[in-house]
Amino acid sequence: MEALELARWQFGITTVYHFIFVPLTLGLSILVAILQTFYYKTGDLHYKRLTKYFGKLFVIIFTLGIVTGIVQEFQFGMNWSEYSRFVGDIFGIPLAIEALTAFFIESTFLGLWIFGWTRLSKPVHLACIWLVAIASNLSAVWILMANSWMQVPVGYELVGGRAELADFVAILMNERLLVQMPHTILGGFITGGMFVLGMSGWMILRNKDPEIFLKSAKIALVFTAVASLLTATTGHDQAQDTVQSQPMKMAAMEGLWDTEEPASFSLFAIIDQEERTSKREIRLPYMLSVLAHNNLTAEVRGLNELQAEMEEKHGPGDYMPPVAIIYWSFRIMVGLGMIFIFVSFYGLWLWWKNKLGTRNRFHKVAVSMIFFTFVANTAGWIVAEMGRQPWVVYELLLTADGVSPSVYSSSIWISMAAFGLVYGLLAAAAFYLVWYFGKQGAPEETEGVEKNLHTY
Amino acid sequence: MDLQIIWFVLIAVLFIGYFFLEGFDFGVGILMPFVSKDETDRRVTINTIGPFWDANEVWLITAGGAMFAAFPHWYATLFSGFYLPLLLILLALIVRAVGFEFRSKLHHTWWRKTADHFIFWGSAVPAFLWGVAFTNIVMGLPIGSDMNFTGALLELLNPYALLGGVASLLLFTLHGAIFLSLRTTDELCERVEKVAKWLWLPVGIVLLIFAVSGYRYTVLFDEFGIIPGTLPMIAIVSFVAVYLFIRINRNGWAFAATGSTIVFGSIVVFQGLFPLVMPSTISEEYHLTIYNASSSDLTLTIMSVLALIFIPIILAYQGWSYWVFKERVTRDAIPKD
Repeated sequence: MEALELARWQFGITTVYHFIFVPLTLGLSILVAILQTFYYKTGDLHYKRLTKYFGKLFVIIFTLGIVTGIVQEFQFGMNWSEYSRFVGDIFGIPLAIEALTAFFIESTFLGLWIFGWTRLSKPVHLACIWLVAIASNLSAVWILMANSWMQVPVGYELVGGRAELADFVAILMNERLLVQMPHTILGGFITGGMFVLGMSGWMILRNKDPEIFLKSAKIALVFTAVASLLTATTGHDQAQDTVQSQPMKMAAMEGLWDTEEPASFSLFAIIDQEERTSKREIRLPYMLSVLAHNNLTAEVRGLNELQAEMEEKHGPGDYMPPVAIIYWSFRIMVGLGMIFIFVSFYGLWLWWKNKLGTRNRFHKVAVSMIFFTFVANTAGWIVAEMGRQPWVVYELLLTADGVSPSVYSSSIWISMAAFGLVYGLLAAAAFYLVWYFGKQGAPEETEGVEKNLHTY
Repeated sequence: MDLQIIWFVLIAVLFIGYFFLEGFDFGVGILMPFVSKDETDRRVTINTIGPFWDANEVWLITAGGAMFAAFPHWYATLFSGFYLPLLLILLALIVRAVGFEFRSKLHHTWWRKTADHFIFWGSAVPAFLWGVAFTNIVMGLPIGSDMNFTGALLELLNPYALLGGVASLLLFTLHGAIFLSLRTTDELCERVEKVAKWLWLPVGIVLLIFAVSGYRYTVLFDEFGIIPGTLPMIAIVSFVAVYLFIRINRNGWAFAATGSTIVFGSIVVFQGLFPLVMPSTISEEYHLTIYNASSSDLTLTIMSVLALIFIPIILAYQGWSYWVFKERVTRDAIPKD
């Protein structure tokens, strides 16, 4: 394989892996903070035990988020030096701000939180976990600002072969950021919420302090129900933005080869990119026009027309992203999103009917949802990132032009093998630890005795 | 003053902060297997940096991010040019963090032994490689007309750079030993004090050889001449003071002195480099300087405002966390499991 292909695979693998842990920490940090707030307000030891139970799992997951995150920051320079030179003037700002305003807070206050149970006053200690939760989510805002700019470049001018900052406010207020940020963060909330719901369900199924875990299940249900609804609406906003700002990505998401007016929505298709056709298609008339433009008859542009337009603008070349992957990833994400809404509202209904503690089948489903949140997150990012191809910065820089010219494919093979091995072992260790500590149930707590979360 | 100069200074500050802070926690990780008599000692050693090591590492992440933002070409050339050393540093930092975080979670001997290896190698490898990397920068690299590294990766492992690696490894170890003497008690504390006393001379010899050979191999002393001037003198005097302070059992002062050696030694490196950031050995025309490698003035202005607001705040709360955990870690503090 060429260095370019290898670098792309490496970026894909390390990013997908990193993003297993990140969304979980976004939601779980807030839920741990909420649980501790309940403990602080009520003094009920049940909430303290839940805080420690989920706190322990949070720290395991958080650790993997950190270590895989450093790789991300270094990787831009290592594998994508030309990209870095092109975007650094703009892309570097949110990265540096992320470190200054989020990573320092997270790392310092997480240390204070873990080891501070015995040393800090209760309100200060509670503030520590809230700072961790807020900073984690703040870091997502900054990195999404960087990503949004790659999707929809704004506020720049091209000077001497690179993009230079012209208007910082435009980048802060990038329309893509305003739709992508809530959608991604809310997806993280679903992930955290489903994790708490699923782990609580597992404990209820095992009859391990079910009365305690019913409390966390209820909090998680409310949290997830709200988050899953909002994820759907913000996702819709984002798709409508994509119609305008990245029509090629939208056409690939819908497997729409030819421009239609009114446009129908594809439910199923076998996509043949070579021949530029879809077989065995099932289409719902008018639906895509409605989804894309809130209008029964509006035009939605197809891949072929957009390809011709890109060629006219940027010269000959293949400007279509891999359609089948994007089409199906999008459907997987949306389908799972619907399931998350259904599961969380069904849980609320069971709670309303006072059956939440006894309906074992629901808790089994909740456990499986933990896995599916990761599938949905990954599918969503595959749509966002592969849908932008062949561009790394949309319509400004081709991915092929961003790779490091001085790095040989042998170096990337070495790093790929090393990351593969280390990441594989880490995944096994983390999965085992989450299972091991998950199975143990909520740790015992005695009134008036403070213990730290753990000792190294 | 030029914004480029401010940012060169800020990036130097971030790296120096990183070397000062993670320097001692690297040292602690390196010494952990050697100064501990038993499992409890090992855990005490790790817990001396328990609440701190992660935030110390963020100094590096910030330095990397700031370099990307302020000097994209410096970032791009450095990171793509130092591909394999940085890969090793990344792997080391990964296994090290996991070693700390996962070690005490399970009781199996093999698990904890593996974590010990992770912690030791995860600390020793970056402590060594940062020295190698920065020595290579000040020696100059074969950087071509397109600002890219054109050499072979093995050239980075030349003898003088390796000596730089040994120097940083040893200096961080000494720094860590003195840090441990401030954070531990009883026998363990006495052992690390002995280690510090014993280490001082070898560290001094390596540093001396490294510094003197620097006249020949690096761009650092081009402007200095024979008499090194104020900043190198402070570094040298600090290092001598380390020994005196250890001798009279003023370990707090000794820690300040190793810190000062690291800080002023690094300042000498950055000052000698200035206004270059990556000297080219191929041609002077290909030098990366703070001007041709930098971002636009607008980016630098925005970043300056942000840095000037946030760095003092960060220093305040990070300092506060050290104050919260100021007590020494005793063997009694380790749970019996």
